[in-house]
Amino acid sequence: MSMLTSRSARVLKYFEALSEGAYQAMEEDSRVFMMGLDIDDHKSIQGSTKGLLDKFGSERIFTTPLSEDAMTGVAIGAAMAGQRPIHVHIRMDFLLLCMNQLVNIAAKSHYMYGGTVQVPMVIRTMIGKSWGQGAQHSQGLHSLFAHIPGMKVVAPSNAYDAKGLTIQAVRDNNPVLIMEHRLLYGSETVVPEEAYAVEFGKARVMREGKDLTIVGVSNMVNEAYRAAELLAEQGIEAEVIDPVTISPLDFETIERSVNKTGRLLVVDNAWLNCGVSAEIVARVAESEIIEVKPKVRRMGFAETTCPTTPTLEDAFYPNPKTIAMSAYRLATGEDGWIPDSKRCELAYQSQFKGPF
Amino acid sequence: MAPYSSIEARLYASIALTRRVEEIIADIYPSDKIKSPVHLAIGQEYIASSVIDHLRESDFAAGTYRGHGVYLSKGGDVNALMAELYGKKTGCAKGRAGSMHLVDSSKGVVGMSAVVGTGIPVAVGHALAIKQQGRDDVVVVFMGDGATEEGCFSESINFAALQKLPILFVVENNRLAIHEPLTKRWAADTLTERVATYGIPAKRFKEPDVLAIHAHAGDLIDTIRKGAGPAFMECHTHRWFEHVGPNEDYDQGYRSLEEGKEWRAKDVYVTLGKQLSKDEKYRIDKSIEEQVMAAVEFAENSSFPSPEELYDYVYAN
Repeated sequence: MSMLTSRSARVLKYFEALSEGAYQAMEEDSRVFMMGLDIDDHKSIQGSTKGLLDKFGSERIFTTPLSEDAMTGVAIGAAMAGQRPIHVHIRMDFLLLCMNQLVNIAAKSHYMYGGTVQVPMVIRTMIGKSWGQGAQHSQGLHSLFAHIPGMKVVAPSNAYDAKGLTIQAVRDNNPVLIMEHRLLYGSETVVPEEAYAVEFGKARVMREGKDLTIVGVSNMVNEAYRAAELLAEQGIEAEVIDPVTISPLDFETIERSVNKTGRLLVVDNAWLNCGVSAEIVARVAESEIIEVKPKVRRMGFAETTCPTTPTLEDAFYPNPKTIAMSAYRLATGEDGWIPDSKRCELAYQSQFKGPF
Repeated sequence: MAPYSSIEARLYASIALTRRVEEIIADIYPSDKIKSPVHLAIGQEYIASSVIDHLRESDFAAGTYRGHGVYLSKGGDVNALMAELYGKKTGCAKGRAGSMHLVDSSKGVVGMSAVVGTGIPVAVGHALAIKQQGRDDVVVVFMGDGATEEGCFSESINFAALQKLPILFVVENNRLAIHEPLTKRWAADTLTERVATYGIPAKRFKEPDVLAIHAHAGDLIDTIRKGAGPAFMECHTHRWFEHVGPNEDYDQGYRSLEEGKEWRAKDVYVTLGKQLSKDEKYRIDKSIEEQVMAAVEFAENSSFPSPEELYDYVYAN
């Protein structure tokens, strides 16, 4: 199903789509349950679990003690024994407390136990940004997990994918990590009413172009899209690709695009060192399809800890302006163009007033 | 084989099976046919045997990397265990687990982990699934004293107690973590008292009194099955062999032979065996020898997986 063809579609916010996806997945399969600190309180993880407690009750929707390590093991054990847990964390940074269980047990069990055990679990987690999120509420740690065979990692950049990836993640028989982004929670797209799945391992070309390819991860694809609009005014046509899922990665779509444009800019929502951007560029370098050696460039978090004060934080993240300038340089070999800052603002950023 | 004449005979048969399997493993090990590190539980078998005796097939038992006894007591296939240690395709995990990750889902043997403590919350998750599925099955999770130092131990007991989950926690306290004695790791030797503060039944057994452990575990499992929530047992015991490998290591200087002698004089395999009639003991021993020899033969004659199978089971379909 494409994003716009459903007859029952209407506009939903990202957080509403997350909630609706979980609602329909739980309706579809009585083995699905959701747990996580604060999922059942009045704020309901910024609305993304709203309505679930009323519909499904406290047996299937419940909070947990602050025991991320053990609770991850509990989710894994329940999954092995036939249930389908969704474990929610309000920040991705907290997943570091779950690493042992996720990496040593969840990802490995199907293999380590010779295919006799499955771990169909979903880990929902959210990256924070701005309003003082700082060092420990802002990290994009997807490459840590994408590194591990047995894990799947998906990164919805819009409401349509938020719902469809949630449903697909619940249906998948493997541990799936959904990396959400706090700044996208208020963003809107057309979302069909019925349950639908967004396929894993299928990138989306958001915008076609002949001059360069920009791959953006998570919310960075939105920033890249805005950058592409600014570039178009300069006569540069960027092809913007949302990988949608990090692992599995649809490299073929990226490869085809780079073969066409000869230039690649990867904008990750993370640091560059040993990250997804490095992986994509390495695969481009190894490609036997791409005929002419392409020019490549990567952008992501500055190689620092994330600061809280806005003046430093602004310099920490790529944004439509810096992305457009990098892309311009990559496409033309020239440095001269500086887009107007006001025109580089993204709607969701100017709308968002916190708090988190 | 005929049914056993007594609880003693049944427990002896279970203990003897683990003992003989592990002794044979130790015998074979120097040949390098076993392609896996082995952590032997010789001397500790009575704990798993006496607790698991109360479980039915649909119940779960979760062990550790020192888990041959848990696997065998719960009915795990002997041939598949031996073949797994040999790295053969017919192993319980098709050669992907070795000795440390034994599993037999068809018998309720939860897959075992080589990272200390990690199996505890996974076992609690099985108990949560049982509750959600409305079954009256139970989980027993075994762990060493070292595992109780991990954060997930306390986290797991708290959650299980909070949710009244059907699980029995059993600590096989051999007072060693690899080579480090408990006195270098615990501020106070009051584990059972600490666990009791979670509001669950907790009892310590300092002696290898197999019938007392058996009776107490039976009472606990009955009440857990009826919905009373989790319980805890700590059983002091003694590891006869080195942490990993087929040898004894009293000559290494990190523990005393004296302590070992005291425990070995109380070897349940021997003391319980003496309580059986000669006929019955002979019958049990003979049957076990046949079973173990058949398992070795099965492992020897099985083939290794082919290299093309490397990528099987990375992801579930």
